[in-house]
Amino acid sequence: MGWYSKEIGEKKQQKATLWIQCKGCKSHIWEQEWVKNLNVCPNCNYHGGITATHRANLLFDKNSFYELFADVSPVDSLGFKDLKGSYEDKITANKNKTGINEAVITGKGQIEGIPAVAAIMDFRFLGGSLGSGTGEKILQAANFAYDHNLPYIVFSASGGARMQEGVLSLMQMAKTCAGVARLNKKNIPFISVLTNPTTGGVTASYAMMGDLNISEPGAVIGFAGRRVIEQTIGEKLPDDFQTAEYLLEHGFIDAIVNRKDIKSYLGNVLSYYNR
Amino acid sequence: MAITTGLKVLEKEQSPSKTAKRPGQPSKLSPWDIVKVSRHSERPVFEDYIELISTGFMELHGDRYYADDRAIRGGFAHIDGHKVMLIGHNKGKNTNQNVERNFGMAKPEGYRKALRLMKLAQRFNLPVVTMIDTPGAFPGMEAEERGQAESIAKNITEMAGIEVPIISVVIGEGGSGGALGIGVGDRIVMLSNAIYSVISPEGCASILWRDAKYAPDAARALNLTAHALLKHDVIDAIIDEPGEGAHTNYKVIAEKVKKYISGQLKVLSNIPVEILLQERFEKYSAMGKFERLV
Repeated sequence: MGWYSKEIGEKKQQKATLWIQCKGCKSHIWEQEWVKNLNVCPNCNYHGGITATHRANLLFDKNSFYELFADVSPVDSLGFKDLKGSYEDKITANKNKTGINEAVITGKGQIEGIPAVAAIMDFRFLGGSLGSGTGEKILQAANFAYDHNLPYIVFSASGGARMQEGVLSLMQMAKTCAGVARLNKKNIPFISVLTNPTTGGVTASYAMMGDLNISEPGAVIGFAGRRVIEQTIGEKLPDDFQTAEYLLEHGFIDAIVNRKDIKSYLGNVLSYYNR
Repeated sequence: MAITTGLKVLEKEQSPSKTAKRPGQPSKLSPWDIVKVSRHSERPVFEDYIELISTGFMELHGDRYYADDRAIRGGFAHIDGHKVMLIGHNKGKNTNQNVERNFGMAKPEGYRKALRLMKLAQRFNLPVVTMIDTPGAFPGMEAEERGQAESIAKNITEMAGIEVPIISVVIGEGGSGGALGIGVGDRIVMLSNAIYSVISPEGCASILWRDAKYAPDAARALNLTAHALLKHDVIDAIIDEPGEGAHTNYKVIAEKVKKYISGQLKVLSNIPVEILLQERFEKYSAMGKFERLV
């Protein structure tokens, strides 16, 4: 219950309002109802953002989650500065804002009694971007799964590679996929859950490499940005372009699963794994 | 076609320019100038290297699923006595060529063809040489529809386990995931005026500076030059370009590229495959900089 009361408490302090506007249908929802419904709109089933810690609590059996590699933290190795300031300052601000050190939390636990390793991305931390620390944690968690013969699950929520780390961030695509390749070779299941949004370099690396790829309803999943494509082809794209439903239709994901059912879905899948 | 262009350039500028820098020295050019040299319209492209560094190029076509993407070419070839699988982004030098080759921006079928050829190389026990020169993977509707992300992801994952040596040479533009899709090698080398970036400087500027005109600032911030990337342990070596760039002397740059590849093939071919793959895994595991909090 830790995260539960804390989250509500934080929001109350930030703004006195107790209403949340759904980004999907624009209707106003009583905040308590929104949270109780796992940040999903009770009217239109729009799946809103959710913190990595909240997800870990939803995914793993009570008191079974044990966080690993929590000490990995980004560094501003290029001394990157843009108009709005330095990457170093952004790191500090994002750590303070989210209470985590990177855009992903990693750990092991039990899902309906089955042990598994998971990496869960948090979009609040620099847009869930894939930096060196993010890549390191996703690889280390894959290595942990490899060493202990445990299935590996990654929840993605990311705008893509972290520009402020230049090619070092691009190389995290190769780094994380090298970890996935080793799992493949040892026949250890790797399940990718693509949540809203999963785009760019994350989609073009581990997120698309699941033995099973699953997604939440309406999640935006794509490689190139919508605007970039519209500029390239000079016309408007259909509304459902790059949604989970579009990817299901085109054969890139196995299933679209409501947030409340993801735990039982994964538990069911893992029950088929004869270790 | 390309070879004649090359010779024309050769004739034009035989002697190295006065501003030529000493080998191994950082360029006097700004990062943005280097971006422009890397995109120079007369810069040698993959097709030129096929002619200048290899013999008997036997091109192979198609991904076996959908099409033969002209933005990536590949086939058997000899390089300095080594039999290899040679694969590269196929940029053109004029509008007609670039329309046919989509400016070297591959679609899923291009990446799938490249992977097919790499697996073929494994079957034939031949080392793979890839040449990178692309603004990026093609950002189009049909590319997304057919799985642009999946095709790149698959290549990156599979390349980690290809059981023959892989050498990747960035000859021009190393454009993000589109470059990495054929770029996971045991050796990554860049020409001194080549660039390798997570995003184009223009794209980065329009996001982080809210205006593409800040591209020169973004180019500096992104550390996309060969010297910056050698410093950050991303690449293994730099091949120095002659004069004011590779476009000023095709023969010299081609000879240097050939010599580098040949030398590294000798080294890599003596490494047992298990060790090769272990070293490749360790190479990519070590990529990036982060800290561990106490």
